[in-house]
This record gives sequence, structure tokens and C-alpha cells, in this order.
Amino acid sequence: MTSRLTIPDNTQAPPAERHGNVGHLERVLRSGQFAVTAELAPPDSADPRDVHARAQLFAGHVDAMNATDGSGANCHMSSVAMCALLAREGHETVMQISCRDRNRIAIQGDVLGASALGIRNLLCLTGDGVQVGDHPEAKPVFDLDSLSLLEIVAGLRDKHAFASGRSLTSAPQVFLGAAANPFAPPFAFRPHRLAKKIAAGAQFIQTQYCFDLPRFQDFMHRARDLGLVEKCFILPGVGPLASARTAEWMRRHVPGVHIPDEVIERLKGAKNQKAEGRDICIEMIQQLREIEGVSGVHIMAHRQEASVPEIIQRAGILGERMP
Amino acid sequence: MYSIRLWAARYARLLELTYRAVEPVIIKLQPLWKSVGYARAEKPVASLEQACKGLLFDCQMCGQCILSSTGMSCSMNCPKNLRNGPCGGVMQNGNCEVEPDKRCVWVEAWEGSQRMKDSDAIQVVQLPVDHRLQGTSSWLRVARQAAERRESLK
Ligand code: SF4
Repeated sequence: MTSRLTIPDNTQAPPAERHGNVGHLERVLRSGQFAVTAELAPPDSADPRDVHARAQLFAGHVDAMNATDGSGANCHMSSVAMCALLAREGHETVMQISCRDRNRIAIQGDVLGASALGIRNLLCLTGDGVQVGDHPEAKPVFDLDSLSLLEIVAGLRDKHAFASGRSLTSAPQVFLGAAANPFAPPFAFRPHRLAKKIAAGAQFIQTQYCFDLPRFQDFMHRARDLGLVEKCFILPGVGPLASARTAEWMRRHVPGVHIPDEVIERLKGAKNQKAEGRDICIEMIQQLREIEGVSGVHIMAHRQEASVPEIIQRAGILGERMP
Repeated sequence: MYSIRLWAARYARLLELTYRAVEPVIIKLQPLWKSVGYARAEKPVASLEQACKGLLFDCQMCGQCILSSTGMSCSMNCPKNLRNGPCGGVMQNGNCEVEPDKRCVWVEAWEGSQRMKDSDAIQVVQLPVDHRLQGTSSWLRVARQAAERRESLK
């Protein structure tokens, strides 16, 4: 006897039609409201409940959660899987893509898959070198750099074609982001590098941790002079430092993070260093908000994710808004 | 050699001028390349190119040279192979995060480019590397492309 399989008809409309063409983060930025994104570290786990538990901390407080892609060259759940799990629950995510681990064939496949799964925002990164992570013996790929990655993804979306020129039947609908680090040399090149990223397709920018306000102001000043702030949304990175010791450790060991001595001195002098770290972060957010051309903030609260809602609330940046 | 590579970026202006003088010669030698045949010319020219540029720039023979857009500092010596500018990991002293005792090739590139006449070339967005060209001569490619362009204009 042959059993007859019935295939349930649960095919859904493609994500573009379900949610309209513009994602939440893009809508908030375009409407001129101050946007808040936060970094969400994927778990070292195969259990979706671990992903949801992490996202629950941010839900209702941020406009989008960034799922990191093997950040610090450490192995975790993939950003594409993490974002897909979150998109299914209605969360807005920013999927980070790094050039370290995959070549252009794998990356383009992931971008199509991500869009099909309802992921709206992509952040194109070069990625950390393998030597800083937990698999220093790994072979780094770096087939692309963050700029050629941006260009290729913009091509998938706008030219409906792979980098090879072969055309797509349906193009991914994505809002494209890139990173900037105004706090690393050569400082004079940094605004021009931002211009290159915009030329390659970046629509929003998240920066490395900002602890040095004058340096950031200088960067923004040059970016305004180059006419860049009208062409993309800039979200400087911020985060609470847990103590003077962590700050010193980060300064020494995390590539690209620059923490001025004054910040470390201030933490040292505080009775409760952790609370002081949060206060510094909140003050930084309020000062950044006043800078012309800043469209929001990106909060990276590594191992202090639970403090993110409090920081956002005390900084008073959402007003009456409930993301 | 590392010290020569640093020297080259420091004298980017001079090398830019030399390059500008040499390039037309290679293009002028077009009939020679054509009569020898590009395929047969490839090996000796590539060896010559490797010897010169290897010494001066630690050239990795990517086959699609962008030295004139990178201040005469070869970006294929960046451990992340960045072709469009420095990553965010450059240390405060201007050294590389991956090789902490070396200067970031892009710090050198920026300084080198500022000494060059065509200092804006560094702002051009570079395409992804074509890995099939690894080991081939970019001099010959430039000559051939120039010749083809001239042909098509005729
Ligand atoms: S860009 Fe390519 S061809 Fe030019 S020096 Fe570097 S490796 Fe050699």
C-alpha cells in the first residue's frame, strides 16, 4: 500500500510583501528620530531558547539588535541563524557579515538566504584577524574587504546580479550598513574612508566605541565638510565600562579601541566603578546626540547587556517612543 | 625588504614620477610584446617585475597593481589584504594589529599618497581582487590594455 503524502500549503508571501519594503530601523532613521541599536552576542549553544533569552533583554528598548559574526575572531552561533530566529519572533536585527571567514561565493549565498528569511539590515565588516580569537590556527579568508563586500551586496540589490554578472530572479531587500573607526590612525584618512564606504553603498554607519569626544567631533566636522552626513545615517558606538581594570585591559587587548587616560582616571576615582561606567556612557550618549549629523547610537554593552534598558531610559533618548 | 618598503612610501613622489616615465616605455614596446607574443613575454617580464617590485615594495605579484592609488605602499602586504583603506584595528602608534611590530601599510599608504601628485587616487573604490591574476605581470597587462584601447579608438 502506498501512503499518500499531503503537503500542507503553508507557503507564505515573501518577506518583502509581508512587511513592506522598508524595515523598522530604516523607517526610524528616515523619519529623523533618534535611533538606538544594541549589540547582541550570539550564544555558544545550539538551543534557540538561548537566543530568545538574550533578545528579551533588549525587546521594546532598541530599534534593532546587531547579531555579531564571530566577533573578536571567536566562534559562536552564526549571525544569519541568530537573525533568522529573531526575525521569526518579529524582532528587528542587523546581521553582521565579516570577510574573515567566507569568500564571495559563500557570502552572496548567505545574503540571499538572509533576505529570504526576513532579515532587513546588513552590516558589512572586514572582521578581526584570527590571531586575537579562540582559533588563532585558523586560515583567514579575506577574499573581499568591507568595501568590495558593500559593493557586491549593493549590486545584488540594485543590479539584481551576482558579482559575476549572472542575474537574480529576485533581489534581496536590504538596508546596508558599514563600520567606521574615527579613533584609529591614520586619522586624516578616516573621513575619506567613510566617503569610500558611502560610495560603495553604505546607508548607515555604526562606529567603534566612542570615549574620546573631541576626536569624534573632529571626525564629524570633516564628515560634514565632505557632505557625508546627508548621505548616510551615523550611529556612534557607546558602552559602559565595568571598571578601570577592564578599561585598561580593553585598551591593551581589543584592536581599535581607544580609551583616553581621563576616562580611566575617572573610573579609578569612583566608589562604585560599575555605576560610574554607566554614568560615563549615559553622559556620552547625551553629548553625542547634540552633534550635528549624529542619527542615533549603537550600544555595545559586552557582558552588561542587562544594563542596556536602564542606560537608554536614563539617557532619555527615546522620549515617548516605544521601539 | 621591510625597510626598503617603508623608504618607497616615503619617496612616493619620486617613484610616482619614475613610474610615469616607465609606463609609456612599456606601452611603446608594444610591437615587441606583440611580435614575441604576450604568452611568451609573460614569464620574463613577470620575473623582471617581481625582481624590481619585490625589492622596492615587497610586491606579492597580485597582477593588478594599485600602487599608484596606495601611495606606493603595497596593500597586498596588509594581513587582511585590504585594498580600500585601513581596518579599524590600527593601533594608536600606527602599527598593525596583526603584526604589531610593523607599520600599518595603510598608514604608510596615506602618508605616501599625500606626497604624490595624484593624491586623490587613494579615494577610488577598488574592485575585489581577481585571484586568477596572481603571479602574472601587471606591467604587461597595462601595456596590452592600452594597446587595445588605442585599437578600439581607431
Ligand atoms: S598591488 Fe599587486 S602588483 Fe602592485 S605591488 Fe602590490 S602585489 Fe605587486
